[in-house]
Amino acid sequence: MSGFFDIPSDLQNTYFGLIGLHLREALIPVLAGLLVSLPIAQLCVRFRWLYPPVLGVTTILYAIPSLAFFVVLIDYTGQTETTVMIPLAVYSLVVLVPAIVDGVRSVPAATLAAATAMGLSPVRRYFQVQLPIAVPAIIAGLRVATVSSISLVSVGMLIGNQGALGNLLNDANIYHRPELAVNSVVTTAVLAILADALLVLVRRVLTPWMPKESTR
Amino acid sequence: MIRIDSVTKRYPDGTVAVDRLSLEIPDRSITVFVGPSGCGKTTTLRMINRMVEPTEGRILLDGADIHAQPVNTLRRSMGYVIQNAGLFQHRTIIDNIATVPRLLGWSKQKARSRAAELMERVGLDSSLAKRYPYQLSGGQQQRVGVARALAADPPVLLMDEPFSAVDPVVRKGLQDELLRIQGELGKTIVFVTHDIDEAIKLGTMVAVMRTGGHLAQYAPPAELLTDPADAFVEDFLGADRGIRRLSFFPSTALELQRSPIVPVDADAAKLGARTSADAPYLLVTDLDGRPLGWGEPRALTAGSIDPAQLLPYGRPFVPGKDSLRAALDGSVLSPTGWAVAVDGEGRAIGVVSQQVIGAAIRTAHAEGRDDAKVGG
Repeated sequence: MSGFFDIPSDLQNTYFGLIGLHLREALIPVLAGLLVSLPIAQLCVRFRWLYPPVLGVTTILYAIPSLAFFVVLIDYTGQTETTVMIPLAVYSLVVLVPAIVDGVRSVPAATLAAATAMGLSPVRRYFQVQLPIAVPAIIAGLRVATVSSISLVSVGMLIGNQGALGNLLNDANIYHRPELAVNSVVTTAVLAILADALLVLVRRVLTPWMPKESTR
Repeated sequence: MIRIDSVTKRYPDGTVAVDRLSLEIPDRSITVFVGPSGCGKTTTLRMINRMVEPTEGRILLDGADIHAQPVNTLRRSMGYVIQNAGLFQHRTIIDNIATVPRLLGWSKQKARSRAAELMERVGLDSSLAKRYPYQLSGGQQQRVGVARALAADPPVLLMDEPFSAVDPVVRKGLQDELLRIQGELGKTIVFVTHDIDEAIKLGTMVAVMRTGGHLAQYAPPAELLTDPADAFVEDFLGADRGIRRLSFFPSTALELQRSPIVPVDADAAKLGARTSADAPYLLVTDLDGRPLGWGEPRALTAGSIDPAQLLPYGRPFVPGKDSLRAALDGSVLSPTGWAVAVDGEGRAIGVVSQQVIGAAIRTAHAEGRDDAKVGG
């Protein structure tokens, strides 16, 4: 008997195993993207002329199809999770860099002037004033990056079943079990919605200082 | 003492914000820089804590160049209050106020107890401590800004148009509060504003600046009103200069007349005795001595004076507290042309005619020529 949650043995994984794998492949790239974006964004804030070219480069990178990325990377990283995650991390930059730049720039001039006048060094000013005030904008960017990353992981099935829940789409085809495709799509969507909700929750916890009216 | 020594600020595009400015800012007093926008007043203020570096000249703090110490040490020794307060929106009120003490390495507990003390000093309820800036009104935020600037007890306070963004009623309250706090703490305050009335109200010394960063006049407010250096200053001071100058003359010297004051239950003999050629009206008071209004002696019926029939008495002044301006204002507002003087409890202690006030003003002006430093 083959049910909705019976995962074909060729995937060598359980339903929940696939979910774990999917989240890992989706979230590690976003986290890596965030770590790379923070210094890049800070440079863009510091040197205004840098922002337009950086934005151009991230947009061009985003325009490269993931398949083309895989073809190039496979020579170096093989048919592995890493090959799936590198393009996802690169894609997240197109959302995260502008989100952080806008967030840091949104700090009112009076607040910055006050921080400077009180003798906060530039480093302290960044970590104690600019970054905390940018948190809502950064998390807004993270929400978009996370949801898109969760949906993009499935493409990994094209390079030797590295697509986690996406692999079910392939199996649905091979074994003529359309319910596996439905499972894949629904589970991925539910994961995306839950991850998004979790980020909203994190935002609320981190920013008790935001006016309640503008809580989204 | 802060000495500004032929300081010029020229920007790369050639704009001169401040042009060879030299002046001395006395300790423990309020020095106000006032002028139209683009006169370099804010630039001057920001050069004192090195947020702007001068192109030429230097600034000395107690005799030492402000470059002698690390910039952040210098800044932490100078409180800074800005328009719209510039509070840290992500921190609670108490943590906003505790910022500089924390930077100076105080323990969290000590910094917070100091912050709580300052909240009380600037008139903020302690229940606001855990709130965030967005939950406060503009006036309250500005009080937090002042408390934050005072937190580490800096000898110098720099204030850049701190009260410009609040409504006039709140502004007056904040100004009075600043004068009260200054009376208690005696800081060296450098205050920037575009509002000449604010400058005259707060300043011990007022520096009037004009577009292009030139100092037009540097004088105590009373002297500014008496002797404007040139047409620009005179124009900037605006109309009513003479009337406003009266604020600097005390009303204590006015000779008050007590005889035209009668209680509401006065009998005929008393009414008759108090009526004289000098005082065509009688001021009727209630049984506690508080003024009710003016009445013509003939129209008053002994024993049954109807307060509703009396003429209004304008706004009374308090000799010793109010100035000649308040006395004159009281006499102008009163239909009889007589001003009413009251004590601290609001009881009438005398009346004075416009003629007597006019004579006092002329005397004060004559004395003011010799000593323009009256009031402050």
